[in-house]
Amino acid sequence: MATVGRACLILALAVAVYGVGASLYGARMRRREWVDSGRRAVYALAALTTLAFVVLEVAFLRSDFSFVTVTEHSSTTTPTFYRAAAAWSSQEGSLLLWVWLLSLWSSLVLFLTRRKMRDLAPYATAVLLVFGAFFSGLLVFLASPFSTVALAPAEGVGLSPLLRHPSMMIHPPMLYSGYTLFTVPFAFAIGALVVRRVDAEWITATRRFALAAWFFLGVGIVLGARWSYSELGWGGYWAWDPVENASLLPWLTGTAFLHSLMIQERRGMLKVWNASLILATGTLAVLGTFLVRSGILDSIHAFGASTLGTPFVVLIAILVVGSVALVVSRRDALRSEHHLDSLLSREAVFLGNNLVLVGLAFVVFWGTFFPLISEAVTGTKSAVGPPWFDRYTVPLSLVLVLLSGVGPIIAWRRATASNARRNFAAPVGIALAIGVLLAVATDAASRPLALGMFVAAAFVIATVGQELVRGVRARRAMAGGSIPVALVALVRRNRRRYGGYTVHVGMALLFIGVAASSAFQHARDVRLSPGQTATVNGYQVRYDKPTGRIVSRAGRLERIEFGAQLTVTKGGKRVADLHPTRGYYPVNAPFVPISSAFDGESTSEVGMQAGLTKDLWTAVSPDISRLEPIMKRGDQVFRDEGAKLSAQDYVAARSAALGGLVRNYVANPPPATFRIIVSPLVAWIWIGGLIVFTGGLIALWPAPDGARRRATAGYASRVARELGRA
Amino acid sequence: MDVIAPLLVILVLAGVVWLVATPLRGEWTVARSEREGAEIEGLQAAKEAKYREIRDLELDFRMGKLSEADFRGLDRQLRAEAVDILRRLDAAGAEEQAAHRS
Repeated sequence: MATVGRACLILALAVAVYGVGASLYGARMRRREWVDSGRRAVYALAALTTLAFVVLEVAFLRSDFSFVTVTEHSSTTTPTFYRAAAAWSSQEGSLLLWVWLLSLWSSLVLFLTRRKMRDLAPYATAVLLVFGAFFSGLLVFLASPFSTVALAPAEGVGLSPLLRHPSMMIHPPMLYSGYTLFTVPFAFAIGALVVRRVDAEWITATRRFALAAWFFLGVGIVLGARWSYSELGWGGYWAWDPVENASLLPWLTGTAFLHSLMIQERRGMLKVWNASLILATGTLAVLGTFLVRSGILDSIHAFGASTLGTPFVVLIAILVVGSVALVVSRRDALRSEHHLDSLLSREAVFLGNNLVLVGLAFVVFWGTFFPLISEAVTGTKSAVGPPWFDRYTVPLSLVLVLLSGVGPIIAWRRATASNARRNFAAPVGIALAIGVLLAVATDAASRPLALGMFVAAAFVIATVGQELVRGVRARRAMAGGSIPVALVALVRRNRRRYGGYTVHVGMALLFIGVAASSAFQHARDVRLSPGQTATVNGYQVRYDKPTGRIVSRAGRLERIEFGAQLTVTKGGKRVADLHPTRGYYPVNAPFVPISSAFDGESTSEVGMQAGLTKDLWTAVSPDISRLEPIMKRGDQVFRDEGAKLSAQDYVAARSAALGGLVRNYVANPPPATFRIIVSPLVAWIWIGGLIVFTGGLIALWPAPDGARRRATAGYASRVARELGRA
Repeated sequence: MDVIAPLLVILVLAGVVWLVATPLRGEWTVARSEREGAEIEGLQAAKEAKYREIRDLELDFRMGKLSEADFRGLDRQLRAEAVDILRRLDAAGAEEQAAHRS
């Protein structure tokens, strides 16, 4: 089936190139049949990449090791659940996933807008197909997922154990959905600029795609943070790693765009800003893919150096130069229709929020690329660490949270003293009261920035609470009904507004979790022997005994697992039993020595008790150096006697020897190193994330057609009466 | 499998050619007034946005976020802007009809 996959990719490249030509020719010559043909090329691209993706997935699920990528990223011991996801752990597979998702979203948007924006849609189609052609070209010429070998090996290398986590099953598709969805408004912005039609229509038509991109990218980022927290064994959820940052960059500028587009829709303002923001976001989405794929920056997530750097650099250079040239050459068409009425208005707050978000993006960009910048300037590659990022991002985030509370309650156009008093008095009072309470009753005052974040978050939650109470009251006054019924009706009729408010509450909770867990975390690295105890923030953590086992799958050795049984007490009271482990994934090849069992990858499974107020988090690093003399003796025995055994008997004997090694570790445990963390309110990061995405879904969900038509008709007749009187 | 793969490839190729070539087999037309249609579409989008703005303002007023005087002033301004958009829509529609007749 590799032939079919290869043919699909070649056809995908051909059809994408054809589509670019057909769309541009149709647009220039005003020939609709060519424009339609170009649009259909996108549908064909979607069909071809779907078929190619299915072929690759089947190969992974069937463990077809004649495919090189299957051999390198899967094995018979890889669970089926992860075998399906292994396709996108490879460079080739993830590029195929990119172009497949791109073609699906492109098909959807072009189908939905097939009778609209006929002048700019062909250019948008061409841009989307340029991306399609670029990624198809990479897959055909540089990174084919359908490379095969004549003699298939009996076993594959296996999926990296680090990626065997449920989050990792959906993290990459979420990120890539976000990246590829952002190319939709990007392409329509290019189209709008080319034909100088920069009214709000392209924004209205693609707003939902930008929102969906923001949603998926955000879900991907949070899943990545969760994976980092529970799988990487360092105890944090965000390390300012280049690949993490790469996904955050377009999310930040995309968030700014989602706010500022409202101003263009309503007032015809910020056209240059909006066009620049979405062009930057689309470019950053490609840059994000590039960072993961090129290995240009050192990262725990990057997929190593590859040959894809040059084509990506060329594409990004074209995107940057083309975007700047287009915006500059269209500056006359991008002039604002109105000016800012007042600095005390929602427009001004949105502008402030945009500046903070873009400022954050700039800080993240500078810190991420600093190694390359420093190397170019000084010849030495040096990186900036988390403290550098925190110095700038913490105060900016504080201002951002504060503005997300001000935005919903300040009036559009101009806030007067009376409506400011009416809207701000209660939330400000509540936030200050909470601040005073925290300063007096807890040690929050020892960390002023954290305390500031708690106050700002309380302000946001209070403003949204006030909005909901007032909205429900108004709804009940108009239509009656119980409070829950009025609340549901209110949200249903104003999804964008209340979806947005829900997102703000989620972000406030998320930042409470980040501030608390960063400022008030207690962490210790200790070396303990069985029976010894370490104390962290009043918790006594006792290393009771070591654990060890061999985990087999499909009759083959999957991993050797060493761990520890811990008992946590506080004030003499038992609080938790924790069991952190470390798994060693051996190299599964015939006639390998005993000592190679620890040469493969290893992963940490943390022992954790998570709660709403705090997480008790532990990770163990067993000292396996004490096993080395035993392994050396074993290697000697296998060297002398192993040659006399068949491959099957050798594997059985090696498994038995490793079993003995594990028993030895448990019977004579050496001291182990533990990382123990007591971290407050971490759970609120995940709860906040869930609320953010619930809000995103509310805003994304289309209003029922009937309700929308009724609402529009009501206002239309009112304005029409006005027109009759004029 | 050796026979199936090439057959499948030919089938896929035929499907792709059929899909992208179908519009080209019909009668070729030159679109005359994409630009005028575009203006109407832009104004329609502006009209929808303006109605949404009026609706949001009314909700803010009913929620007690605006004083009566603030609401009246802003509502009058928004409706005047909506009327202006409707007038421009009528004018653009009349121009397009005239272009079609000529």
